[in-house]
Amino acid sequence: MSLLALSDVTVRYGRLTAVREVSFRMQEGEILFITGPNGAGKSSLLRAIAGVTPPAGGRIDLGNSDITGHSPEDIARRGLSMVPEGREVFGSLTIEENLLVGTGMRAREQGGRTRAASALDEVYETFPILRERRQTQAGLLSGGQQQMLVIGRALMTNPRLIAIDEPSLGLAPNITDQVYERLLHLQRQRSLTLLIVEQSSTRAMMVGGRMILMRGGQVVMDGDAVAMGQSEALHAAYFGYGDA
Amino acid sequence: MMAGLLQILFDALSLGSLYALGALGIALIFGVMRLVNFAHGDVMAFSIFALLWPSVDAMAIVFAGNLPWFLLVPFVLAVGAGLSVLCEVLVFRRFRRASPATMMIASFALGFVIRYFLLMLFSSRPKSISLLPELSQPVEVLGAYIPLLQVITIIVTLLVLFALTGFLRRTRFGLEMRAAAENFTMARMLGVRANRVIMGAFALSGMLAAASALILAAQTGTADIQMGAGVMLMAFIATVIGGLGSLPGAVLAGFLIGAASVLMQVVLPPEARPFRDAFVYGAVILVLIFRPQGLLPARGTKERV
Repeated sequence: MSLLALSDVTVRYGRLTAVREVSFRMQEGEILFITGPNGAGKSSLLRAIAGVTPPAGGRIDLGNSDITGHSPEDIARRGLSMVPEGREVFGSLTIEENLLVGTGMRAREQGGRTRAASALDEVYETFPILRERRQTQAGLLSGGQQQMLVIGRALMTNPRLIAIDEPSLGLAPNITDQVYERLLHLQRQRSLTLLIVEQSSTRAMMVGGRMILMRGGQVVMDGDAVAMGQSEALHAAYFGYGDA
Repeated sequence: MMAGLLQILFDALSLGSLYALGALGIALIFGVMRLVNFAHGDVMAFSIFALLWPSVDAMAIVFAGNLPWFLLVPFVLAVGAGLSVLCEVLVFRRFRRASPATMMIASFALGFVIRYFLLMLFSSRPKSISLLPELSQPVEVLGAYIPLLQVITIIVTLLVLFALTGFLRRTRFGLEMRAAAENFTMARMLGVRANRVIMGAFALSGMLAAASALILAAQTGTADIQMGAGVMLMAFIATVIGGLGSLPGAVLAGFLIGAASVLMQVVLPPEARPFRDAFVYGAVILVLIFRPQGLLPARGTKERV
């Protein structure tokens, strides 16, 4: 039983086809990197999975349910937490308020308040800097701190799967290392399922796990990141020359 | 001298209150939907006409208007909120993905529908009503005689601002509204239900429309199907000057415009007074040239739903 299953998903913006019949499955607890050059359709694919851009064709299943064409809030409530490109913190809200937006779906359940409070505690334990600055406006944080905030915020919805679009975007390499270190720690600790989009395949090879390479809206390679990194075919496929 | 100054101050504050409440109602909707709701003024008129029996006479036949104030005020607020939510469910929801221009035109059309519905039932003749007549007597404040209604208008406006701030800052729903106003898509990806937030914003905005309509009707003593138009225009201008979608900006600009209008009435030579509004609009042009983002710009620049 896979946690996320895409079959023949197509995404169009008007007459432009950004994603063309993409299919793959993810198992519970898996880390999957989606890499590929600019314009490969990676972000469009994530937006389709999160319900922001409903797919023009194909089908998306999360757990046991078909979520194709569902609203973003419904998909979030079914356990997918999305961290979009560019982080998208609520800049005028404080750090704590940013985190609490994500607990709304559970706030009215029985015991929702206590669980929201313990979720907040857990996030603060993972990212002590957020606790320290909890009353600070999120817009005043550095890029790295904002990235930690949005990862923490994604955790607040108690997700089964977290999808992250380019967590390294605009961050210094050592900050990116810290972000990944925290992220992978969380993954191990809670056996989270992670879907990570990165432009470069380097990070996927460092982390290990599975990697999908996209180009021109299609999946061109799907396999073990480390093995793919050692093959000549990856380079060729990434840049689109040779037979690959 | 002192009394004269006080009189001017109270005039400015009470006119500013009216504009601030109107502007707040418009800014709330703009914040979450990027919609400038031109039907706001007609929601105002409707809330007052809901107190009357349909008739074409010049004297209003009062229906719910005879209620004591503690029933009358909630009744009018509920009518405003109800109509406003109805507008969202029946009309604006269909335009959720349309361009802001399309939504704005839809709001114009909706305003006409409401206005002509009132015209059909009540005719276009203004009706005299005496709402809360006990408020028309003056009170003495430091030697100046101020109409009690002005004092109450200012107090009520401050209370509304205080309550609204508390609601937005302290409640779950307020948090979701603020998050949605800044970045609706992100809020939805965290499970915030778009329809709930937008309906809440319309309900609040409708209540604000009803509150400003009550003040206006009590001040003028008339119910007129056009009564919301003037306030709506000034309130819209206030939201532009304040920074579209910015709630503090809308309130500040509402009070500034009120103060400017009253001041001009006082300092302009008598022959220039009829052109008072031209000076106000001139100020708008200056703001748009030198500070197009508004006095206190809103943060949310992301697309709506």
